[in-house]
Amino acid sequence: MRRNKILPYLLVAPTLLFVTAFTLLPLGEVLVGSLFKHKLNIPRFQHPVFVGGGNFVSLFHDPDFLQVLANTGIYVAILIPLLLVASLGLAFLLEGKMRGIGFFRLAAFHPTILPMVSAATIWMFLLTPGYGLWNQALHLFGYDGPQNWIGNPGLALFSLILTAFWKNVGYLMLFFLSGLQNIDRSVVEAARLDGAGGLRLVRKVILPLIRRQTLFVTTVAFIGAFQTVDHVFVLTQGGPSETSALLLYYLWQMRFERLDIGGSNAVTVIIILVLLTFTVSNFLVSERNEK
Amino acid sequence: MRGMAKGARFLVLAVLSALMLTPLAWAMAASLRPPEVPFALGNVFFASHLSLANYEKALSLAPFARYYLNTFMQVGMIIGVQLLTASLAAFAFARYRFAGDTILFTLILLQMMIPTAALLVPNFSTIRFLGLYDTIPGIALPFFGSAFATFLLRQSFLSLPRDLGDAAAIDGCRWDQELRHIYLPNATSSLAAIVLSSLSFHWNDFLWPLVITQSDSVRPLTAGLVRFTQMGEIGAQWGLLSAATMIVTLPLFALFLVFQKQFVRGYVSSGIK
Repeated sequence: MRRNKILPYLLVAPTLLFVTAFTLLPLGEVLVGSLFKHKLNIPRFQHPVFVGGGNFVSLFHDPDFLQVLANTGIYVAILIPLLLVASLGLAFLLEGKMRGIGFFRLAAFHPTILPMVSAATIWMFLLTPGYGLWNQALHLFGYDGPQNWIGNPGLALFSLILTAFWKNVGYLMLFFLSGLQNIDRSVVEAARLDGAGGLRLVRKVILPLIRRQTLFVTTVAFIGAFQTVDHVFVLTQGGPSETSALLLYYLWQMRFERLDIGGSNAVTVIIILVLLTFTVSNFLVSERNEK
Repeated sequence: MRGMAKGARFLVLAVLSALMLTPLAWAMAASLRPPEVPFALGNVFFASHLSLANYEKALSLAPFARYYLNTFMQVGMIIGVQLLTASLAAFAFARYRFAGDTILFTLILLQMMIPTAALLVPNFSTIRFLGLYDTIPGIALPFFGSAFATFLLRQSFLSLPRDLGDAAAIDGCRWDQELRHIYLPNATSSLAAIVLSSLSFHWNDFLWPLVITQSDSVRPLTAGLVRFTQMGEIGAQWGLLSAATMIVTLPLFALFLVFQKQFVRGYVSSGIK
């Protein structure tokens, strides 16, 4: 171990400087800023005025914000279980050797390589009313509902879920796949000899062995669902009437459309609280399971 | 029995693969149609002949070459600086004991808990305050310090036997020689993971570049594509839109096909993020 009084501080300084300037100080700024009314388009509030919890109170009385919270809840509640089950299922199918496996893996994984905005423009095209492939495919199965998914208040959110699902399922599959590949063959064989087969083998033997991956994939999917709103910009712009706006998109609208800095700070605080609650409880669960 | 299960698995995988590949294949087919043949039910895939007209038109409507250059500069700048700052910090945390080292390390790690995307509003005003709005350094600056890179490099530095560094120190090796000649050459897989994860994250990043730029001369590919989709004269010209999407997407895709193994490994190990 080397000893030196000043050098280590100098080495750490650049990283610390950038982390402080763009993560730590902004955190404080947001916390303080959320307590002030500060709106660039209202002369009285062009300079911040202290309002305590006022921004939060008005957020929770704002039907738009409540709608956005509900949207985000539905989006997460549908997308994440769907992603977990499908990516695990895919990993099972794609594990092991067989003819064409490299191609099949590539087919599952390739949307990861595209930027989310490209994925969204592709889906915008698929979802076109009339000759869009999506409606044609559904029609084969007897679907006779509304054609314009992106413009329909009941379906716009689902067009976002669809896009995010296609984009992410192969990426998450990769972690399950590497988990499955690391399982000791002899454990599975022993369980099989003991008469465990099919679903029971999966539930009792394999799932516990890949618990770490499951926890990890859940975390990645959850945080990703909150920090990616690129498809909202491309497909729906939050509409019709905010029925497909997600929290981070709403944050952007608050700041750059309504020019409400105080309100956008309050939304930031809420997003950070949700994420921290999730990561911390996730961490606690994993710690307990390790013991 | 076994053979049947295998056949069924092959069939299921073939169907799922076809489903997964359809969106991109369809967009590619649409981009190669002659623009004068209208889309209609039944002839979506098949047109009279292949044509690059959509690509020519897309390239004439928006400066995609410039967007590429901007993305390159932005991503290159971020990765270059990140590798430098993270190597220095990781070396300090792995090789030195100093007062407050645990606290400083924890403070840096906090960055991994809070996605930078959420801190859009304060970072926007910081960049404006620094006079860097609508510049490439303005897009890149918030990412110059990376907790993830520091963490990953420190881990791989710690896995080196300490005697190695101590011997070098006794031989009169300066700290920077030790870092360059002993530590970094032994951390190549971590370095590769950092480069790949940073590359794919910042190449694809959209929201931050969108808010911090306003002119074509600095706008990266992602923001350029979205602006293209919203241009008035584009409307529902799907061939044109698909061509623009392909222009933005295919080169990175080709790169992926060449370096598939490294990419996948990089993704898995960068998963700690």
